[in-house]
Amino acid sequence: MKHRLDLRIGPVSFRIGSDWRSPLDALRRLYETYPEPDPVADFTVRLEAERVWRRWLRPSVAIRGDYVLPDAAPMALAHGLLAAEMGMNLQMALGQKRFLLLHAATVEKDGRALLMTGESGAGKSTLAALLGERGWRLMGDEFALLDLADGRLHPFPRAISLKNRAIALFDGVAPDRLGPLLADTPKGTIRHLRPGAEAIARMDEPAPPALILFPRYDPGFARAIRPVGAAEVFVRLTQASTNYVALGERGFAALAGLVAAIPARAIDYADTDMAAALVEELWDQ
Amino acid sequence: MRDARVLARLLADPSRAGAVEDWTGLLSIARAESLLGSLAWRLKGIRLPDKVAQILEVARRDSETVRTQALWEAEMARRALAPLGVPVILLKGSAYVAAGLAAGVGRSIGDLDILVPRDSLDRVQAALLAAGWEWVKEDAYDDLYYRRWMHELPPLIHKERDRMIDVHHTILPLTARPTPDAAAMIADSARLGNGLGVLSPPDMIVHSAAHLFADGDLAGGLRNLWDIDRLLREFAEADAGFWPKLEERASRHGLLAAVHRAGRLAHDLYGTPVPEIWRVRDSADSLFKARLLARDGWGRATRPALRFAFYVRSHWLRMPPLMLARHLWTKARR
Repeated sequence: MKHRLDLRIGPVSFRIGSDWRSPLDALRRLYETYPEPDPVADFTVRLEAERVWRRWLRPSVAIRGDYVLPDAAPMALAHGLLAAEMGMNLQMALGQKRFLLLHAATVEKDGRALLMTGESGAGKSTLAALLGERGWRLMGDEFALLDLADGRLHPFPRAISLKNRAIALFDGVAPDRLGPLLADTPKGTIRHLRPGAEAIARMDEPAPPALILFPRYDPGFARAIRPVGAAEVFVRLTQASTNYVALGERGFAALAGLVAAIPARAIDYADTDMAAALVEELWDQ
Repeated sequence: MRDARVLARLLADPSRAGAVEDWTGLLSIARAESLLGSLAWRLKGIRLPDKVAQILEVARRDSETVRTQALWEAEMARRALAPLGVPVILLKGSAYVAAGLAAGVGRSIGDLDILVPRDSLDRVQAALLAAGWEWVKEDAYDDLYYRRWMHELPPLIHKERDRMIDVHHTILPLTARPTPDAAAMIADSARLGNGLGVLSPPDMIVHSAAHLFADGDLAGGLRNLWDIDRLLREFAEADAGFWPKLEERASRHGLLAAVHRAGRLAHDLYGTPVPEIWRVRDSADSLFKARLLARDGWGRATRPALRFAFYVRSHWLRMPPLMLARHLWTKARR
C-alpha cells in the first residue's frame, strides 16, 4: 500500500497500511515513544478506499485487514486515527488465539493485576486511565490478555480512547500525550491518550491477577460494593471474551482457573473519585 | 509481493523458508487464502525467525481446536440422523480430518458438509430441524431456487452452536452440464468406525475438482488445490493403480476435464507428481493459475477484471443463458 506504519503494543505487532498519509501521521505521533516493532507483524490492518476514486472524492476509510467484519461501515478520513485503532482492535478480537482475550481494563500495583470489566459505558476505560495517573501501572484499557499456560495477564497498553465527558478529566496531562480531538465520530467525541511512560517502558512485563471488579457507573448511584458468585463471574467473563469459544477447552481451562483463584466484586459509583477510592479500599483488603 | 506464488512454493517446498523476505506479507496471504494452519504444520520443525515460529505455533494449536470442533459437529449430525438409517457421507474438510488424511492437517473448516441420498432429503431435513438446526435464508426466491436447481438444501444453522450445515444430495447443481452419479458415490463410499461415511479416494478427488473447476468462482481455490495435492499424493502412494481408477471414475461422472485440470494446476503450483500424459499444455490454464494466485502481499484481492470474469463463468457453468438472465434480474431487483 502507499503508506505503512508498524507498531508494537505489548506482545502484539501490527502492520498498518493506508491509502492516505494523514491517519498514519496521527498514529505515528501518538505512538512516538513506543519501542521498535518486531520485524514480523502478528496482524495486518488496511485502511483503504472503498472505490479507487474515493481516495480523493469524499474520501471514506474502509477498515480491512487479515480479519474483516463484512458489514463494518466506512469512516470519514478526518476520523482516520479512530479507524486505525478500530482496525487493530478488530484483528485482536477476531484473530488473537495466543491468549484468552477479555474485553477488560487492567492496572497493576505491587506486582499484581486488577482486572475491571463491564458493559460499554461502565467506565472501566476511564477508571483505568485515571488509576494510571495515580500511582498504578496501566496495563491496558481495552483488552486483557490472559496467558493460557500460566494464567498471568499480559499488558496491551494501546493509546486510551477517551470518550465525551471523560476527555476533560485529562486536561492536565502533558499535551504531547494527547491525540487530536475527533468530533462527531460514531462513538461521539473522542480523544486518544498515550499511556504514561512507565506503562510503555514495562509493556513486556506480565502480572498475575489478584482481583476482578465489575464497575457500574451512573451519576445517581449510591456507593456500593457487592460480592459476585463464581458462576456469575465465569459467565460474565465468557461474555466479555471475544475468543472464548474459538479457544475450545484451553479457553475453558484458563478462565475456570482464573475464576477459581481470584476474588471478584461488583461496585457502583457516581463519579471517578468515588470509584478510585473504592478500588483503593478493596485492593487493600 | 505481487501474487500468492511465494506461498504456493513454500507449501510445496518448506526448505525454501530461509529465502522468505517478507514474512508479514506471506502470513497475510496465507490467512486470506485460509492456508495459515496448513502452512504452520508444513513448516513444523523448520528453522524460522522467532516471531514467525510463535505465530505458527499458535496457528497449529488453533487448528487442533478447529479439528476437534469439526469432528464434534459431525458427531452432532450423526446423532441427529442415525435413527433414519440412511448413509451420511462427510464431505471436504470434515471428511479429511475424520478419515485422518494429510489434507486435513491444519485445514481450516467452517461449515459441515454432508451428502445424503436424494430420496431421503425430506426426512434428513425434518430430523435436523427437530435437533435444533434452523433455516438461514428467509427469502422465498432463494429458498425456491435452492430447492429447484441446487445440489444442496438451503443452509441450516444450529441455534445453540451457531454452526452451519450444508446438506448435499449430489456434488454439482442440477443445472450444471456434467451430471455426476451421486448414487454411485454413496454406494462406493467407505464407512468410518462411527457409522459416518467418506467418499472413496477417486470420488474425493472428483468432488474436490468439480467444486473447484466446474462450479464456483475459484474463491479459496488455492486452499482447495492444496487439498487436491495432498489427496493425490496420499492416494497414489497407497495404491499403485490409483491413476487409472481416478480417470475411469472421473469419466463416469462427466468430470474428467475438471480432474485433469486440477492435476495439471496442482503439478504446476505444488509440484504434485501426476502422470506424464496428464502434463499437456492447455491454453486456459494460465488464466486459472493467475486467478488462483490473485492476492498481493497486503492480503488484498488483486486482478478485479479476472475475478469478475470467473464470477460470470461460475454462473454460466451453473445455468443455461435464459435462466441465468432471469436469475440475475431477480437478484438485482431486490
